Amino acid sequence: MTDPVLSVRDLRTHFFTRAGVVKAVDGVSFDLAAGEILGLVGESGSGKTVTGFSILGLIDAPGRIVEGSVMLNGTELTSLPEAQLRARRGRDISMVFQDPIATLNPMLTIGQQMRLAINAHEKLGRRAAEARAAELLTQVGIPSAEARLRSYPHEFSGGMRQRVAIAIALLHRPSVIVADEPTTALDVSIQAQILYQMRDLAAQTGTALIWISHDLAVVSSLATRLAVMYAGRIVEQGPTATLLRDPRHPYTAGLIASLPATSKPGEPLAQIPGTTPSLLSLPPGCPFAPRCARQTPACTEEPALTIEADRGWRCFHPVGQMHEEPA
Amino acid sequence: MLGFIIQRFMQAVVVMAVMSVIVFCGVYAIGNPIDIVIPPEATEEIRLNTIRRLGLDRPLYEQYFIFIGNLLQGDLGRSFVYNVPVLELIGGRLPATLELVLISVISATVIGVSLGIYAGYRPDSWLSKTIMAVSVLGFSVPSFWVGLILILTFAVNLGWMPAGGRGDTVEILGIEWSFLTADGLSHIVLPAVNLALFKLAMMIRLARAGTREIMLTDTIKFARAAGLSEATILRRHLLKLISIPIITVFGLELGSTLAFAVVTETIFSWPGVGKLIIDSISVLDRPVMVAYLILVAFLFVTINFVIDLVFALIDPRIRHGASA
Ligand SMILES: Nc1ncnc2c1ncn2[C@@H]1O[C@H](COP(=O)(O)OP(=O)(O)OP(=O)(O)O)[C@@H](O)[C@H]1O
Ligand code: SF4
Ligand SMILES: [Mg+2]
Repeated sequence: MTDPVLSVRDLRTHFFTRAGVVKAVDGVSFDLAAGEILGLVGESGSGKTVTGFSILGLIDAPGRIVEGSVMLNGTELTSLPEAQLRARRGRDISMVFQDPIATLNPMLTIGQQMRLAINAHEKLGRRAAEARAAELLTQVGIPSAEARLRSYPHEFSGGMRQRVAIAIALLHRPSVIVADEPTTALDVSIQAQILYQMRDLAAQTGTALIWISHDLAVVSSLATRLAVMYAGRIVEQGPTATLLRDPRHPYTAGLIASLPATSKPGEPLAQIPGTTPSLLSLPPGCPFAPRCARQTPACTEEPALTIEADRGWRCFHPVGQMHEEPA
Repeated sequence: MLGFIIQRFMQAVVVMAVMSVIVFCGVYAIGNPIDIVIPPEATEEIRLNTIRRLGLDRPLYEQYFIFIGNLLQGDLGRSFVYNVPVLELIGGRLPATLELVLISVISATVIGVSLGIYAGYRPDSWLSKTIMAVSVLGFSVPSFWVGLILILTFAVNLGWMPAGGRGDTVEILGIEWSFLTADGLSHIVLPAVNLALFKLAMMIRLARAGTREIMLTDTIKFARAAGLSEATILRRHLLKLISIPIITVFGLELGSTLAFAVVTETIFSWPGVGKLIIDSISVLDRPVMVAYLILVAFLFVTINFVIDLVFALIDPRIRHGASA
């Protein structure tokens, strides 16, 4: 395997709130190869967004990266001075957010916002910058891009605004884009369009994607690898096909069982019982234990990472391994 | 845009019409000026003549329509007391008030917004905490008391500034201005500070609240994710996003300070309109009061109109009448 463009090791981001320490990300590790699409799945509150922001160094107080390493193209980002980190954001790594209505500034034209993003890294004249902006808008499928540069965000539909945000993220051809549920807020018909368009754009430009979603069905059609998050940790990761066919972690298995495609017609969808735990009062040991059918007394210890070929999981009693089936 | 302007203009006309009725009736209700205007030793004949000359013998609605008729020809009547056209009386005092108020409101806004943005941007620094403590003071200390303390400290004890009056003036466009001479400027400082303190506190709070709110939004996060520098984010994104409430308060403060700078003008013997109005109320100089209140209403209507226009200019959503 070639060197990964992005390598995250034991990342821990904690929020020091009045109610206590929220360990939103607590030991996340993964690698991302050039041009690869990694799907980051997990329920709401599992720490996907915080992981994304941590990678870009965009955690606001009271949060802080307390431990871990983020290597981008061989540079350690977590210890980089803010000015140098800023110089990489938007150029080497960028991000697309969930809600396109909230991301663009309603009081600036699309052209102004794109020029700001261009000039953050490159001193281009107004003409050249607008030409670049229009080119990107055309690439993401916005018709008559030249004229739309003078439009304001509210003159666009949600889907079109998200395309603008994607165009901004692509402006400097970064090696990694973190896409934080960029289609969740959109109509279903537009979701698929944007999904595949973004995949194609990433393939054309050689950009690697971290595609965050709570919807396993969406990511699994897109991602080459999957990482399943639960309560701030990655509980299982591996190639998408392998994980879907043969999950090890009971939580992954539960997510797969609740996919519409895997349940029999006419039967209600299988659901994982219980709800996401509060990060303030996690049980000691495996955080999934209160909802896990396979739980045993051993699970009050923190399960270590088991690595097998190109996949890994954190569970004492993994699914599909008969010899470790609990009594 | 034109439709918007016409609609606002019609609204303004209606508001002015209603205000004129209210003001006229209100001032009429305050008291009868006859006893003050006519000396007690005057004969019955002089008395009746004066009443007729001032038009006070006619029914209220007639007096109102005469007033409106004259008003539309630019005539706001003559002062009972000084016997000069009211407009001349007020116009002579207006520049003094105007320069004092503009200087204090504009500097309060510029300084207050800068400090407020800093306090909202770095809420935990000691400087921000100091700024906020000072702003609480600006809110809670009564204006007249601050005025007296300013005079005592800087005029009486330290002798750095004069205690009152306008100082030297220069004439430009036929109007006397103080702020263009060193002496005049030294006279403006203390009353301007006195007037500005409360507004400064308000602008600090407003800008800080806006900054804190906006800095947490996805818009700012997204700009950061695109690699924009913090200075660019503050200048190009934040300033625009917090501007709407600041412009509103700026306009209303400008209006109310122009209209009611009375306390400060009195303390610093600043020969502005505030002083004139207090005097005319005490002698029930009806034309001055009515004209002044109508002008104040006009001022507010105009300011509101301008604020709406400015909103439409800076916020495309308002300009396009969109809801999103
Ligand atoms: N500023 C903050 N202060 C305190 N806690 C925070 C803060 N930001 C996030 N958290 C906590 O971190 C945890 C993870 O949040 P995160 O937004 O990463 O979840 P997510 O997986 O992206 O969920 P969703 O699918 O809802 O977007 C949540 O429990 C959240 O309450
Ligand atoms: S470690 Fe135990 S509780 Fe946790 S997922 Fe595995 S079996 Fe369930
Ligand atoms: Mg999220």
